[in-house]
Amino acid sequence: MHSDRAPLGLKIAAAFGLAFMHLPILLIFVYAFTTEDKSYQWPPPGFTLKWFAVTWERTDVWEAMQLSLKVASISTIIALVLGTLCAAAVSRTRFFGREVISLLVILPIALPGIITGISLRSAFNLADIPFSFWTIVLGHATFCVVVVYNNAVARFRRVSGSLVEASMDLGANSFQTFRYVILPNISTALLAGGMLAFALSFDEVIVTTFTAGQQQTLPIWMLEELVRPRERPVTNVVAMVVVLVTFLPILGAYYLTRGTDTVAGQGK
Amino acid sequence: MSDTVDTRTGGFLTGLSDTLWRRPKLLVFLLILPPALWLGIIYLGSLFALLAQSFFSIDEFTGIIQYEFTLKTYGELLRPSNFDIIIRTVVMSAAVTVGAAVIGFPVAYYAARYARGKWKAIFYLGVMMPLWSSYLVKVYSWKLILAKEGILNWLFETLHLGWLLNAYLSIPVIGGNSLSVSTTGTFLVFLYVWLPFMILPIQASLERVPHSMLEASGDLGAHPAQTFRHVLFPLALPGVIAGSIFTFSLTLGDYIIPQIVGTSRRFIGQAVYAYQGTAGNIPLAAAFAVVPILLMAVYLWMAKRQGAFDAL
Repeated sequence: MHSDRAPLGLKIAAAFGLAFMHLPILLIFVYAFTTEDKSYQWPPPGFTLKWFAVTWERTDVWEAMQLSLKVASISTIIALVLGTLCAAAVSRTRFFGREVISLLVILPIALPGIITGISLRSAFNLADIPFSFWTIVLGHATFCVVVVYNNAVARFRRVSGSLVEASMDLGANSFQTFRYVILPNISTALLAGGMLAFALSFDEVIVTTFTAGQQQTLPIWMLEELVRPRERPVTNVVAMVVVLVTFLPILGAYYLTRGTDTVAGQGK
Repeated sequence: MSDTVDTRTGGFLTGLSDTLWRRPKLLVFLLILPPALWLGIIYLGSLFALLAQSFFSIDEFTGIIQYEFTLKTYGELLRPSNFDIIIRTVVMSAAVTVGAAVIGFPVAYYAARYARGKWKAIFYLGVMMPLWSSYLVKVYSWKLILAKEGILNWLFETLHLGWLLNAYLSIPVIGGNSLSVSTTGTFLVFLYVWLPFMILPIQASLERVPHSMLEASGDLGAHPAQTFRHVLFPLALPGVIAGSIFTFSLTLGDYIIPQIVGTSRRFIGQAVYAYQGTAGNIPLAAAFAVVPILLMAVYLWMAKRQGAFDAL
């Protein structure tokens, strides 16, 4: 049937769109190996692995990387707890202020990042809170909640209420029901949400510029290099590493949420 | 009798569990309390603190903030130099939104209608990967592309079209010394970075358009272009509007892209950053920050009337 085959024009337009989204990222990989160290010359005059070794020796890169990983881990844990609680409450009942809560969760990423950033900064200033590792975490956790919440709330809605009732009828208390019935059913959604929250935090720059003092996360380090370049090839290598580091959680989250039709009790 | 404790499964927990079971409202309250406190205090609190500051003013001679209610700071937004920043940002946001819809629609349409099995997964990941990959890396890659010695210039030279690019760059307002210091460059990077945010909602709304409607339109004699105009596009519109919420809002507030790629003419985000930082004029920065909030409030209100929230 003719309508099952895409028109050529559409195919070309769709291919163009996909290429537009991917070619620039692939370019980063080429630049990580270039021998050119002063400019962004294309085509690269030659290829070398030298810059990987140079980057490996750079302590500032390692420190920024460590800070980013630490911030992302702790923010993810906080977001997992808060997001799951919120999703559990919103999905199980209709209560007063429910809409307000779901709006409140989305707001930190619906409003431009600079608003979140400058609000937090002026609040820290007003409250005389010195900028530290924890102020960064505070900001990151706030906008990571929504990612966990979105994943968890979708899954909570699919977990059948009859499962919970069956568990209770068999004598389990709420905590046992949560541990042995609900948690296994929502675990992959939480894992996916956690991975995305991690990727989001690992990559965040706008809010971080406002909530960090002297601390440098990897994105802040990169921003610094973009505004005032010191050693361009090192930036190229770091950029490639960042792409690879965020690549894995996204793929993982995709595989974890792909089979959502198989949640127990879904047919009820 | 309800107070007898079942010792087999641990007394306290069971007792607590029973209480919560009997009082579902208490349970919901306990569940919602931590996230509500966190977001309410840290986020809303800061937001209101910011709003409050926009009603203060700064003494022009001493540079000290005067904590008295005034609308003077908002008046400063209407100064030509500041008002230009607002107009420039809004025009750019609108242009990016339209551009993203034009490029994103075919991708979303193909993914929703024709892609099956393996290709469906490829399209899905093909949009998700750029969406989630590092924002700064994406901006950086365009710095490489748009640079004078970069790949785009090389491409034009190799095709012997260098004159075309130069002619384009000599156009005032959109042109500049090179692509990486032109408004066109800023536009391209914005478009690139926010495009996935447009594709996903459009795809979601197109998935819900029944094939039979398109076939019926064709059976009734409509040309494909007519089917698109009168059937498909109106049905996809909530998705487009939902996507535009993201592209518009994100462009309104961004200050890093115009700082790295573009001219020295400022955008709202840069103004906010500059006023709160080196200038130390928090009230004016706050007033500037309120502009995107208000614009988004109006935009969201209109989008809600168009039913765009169901497509999110």
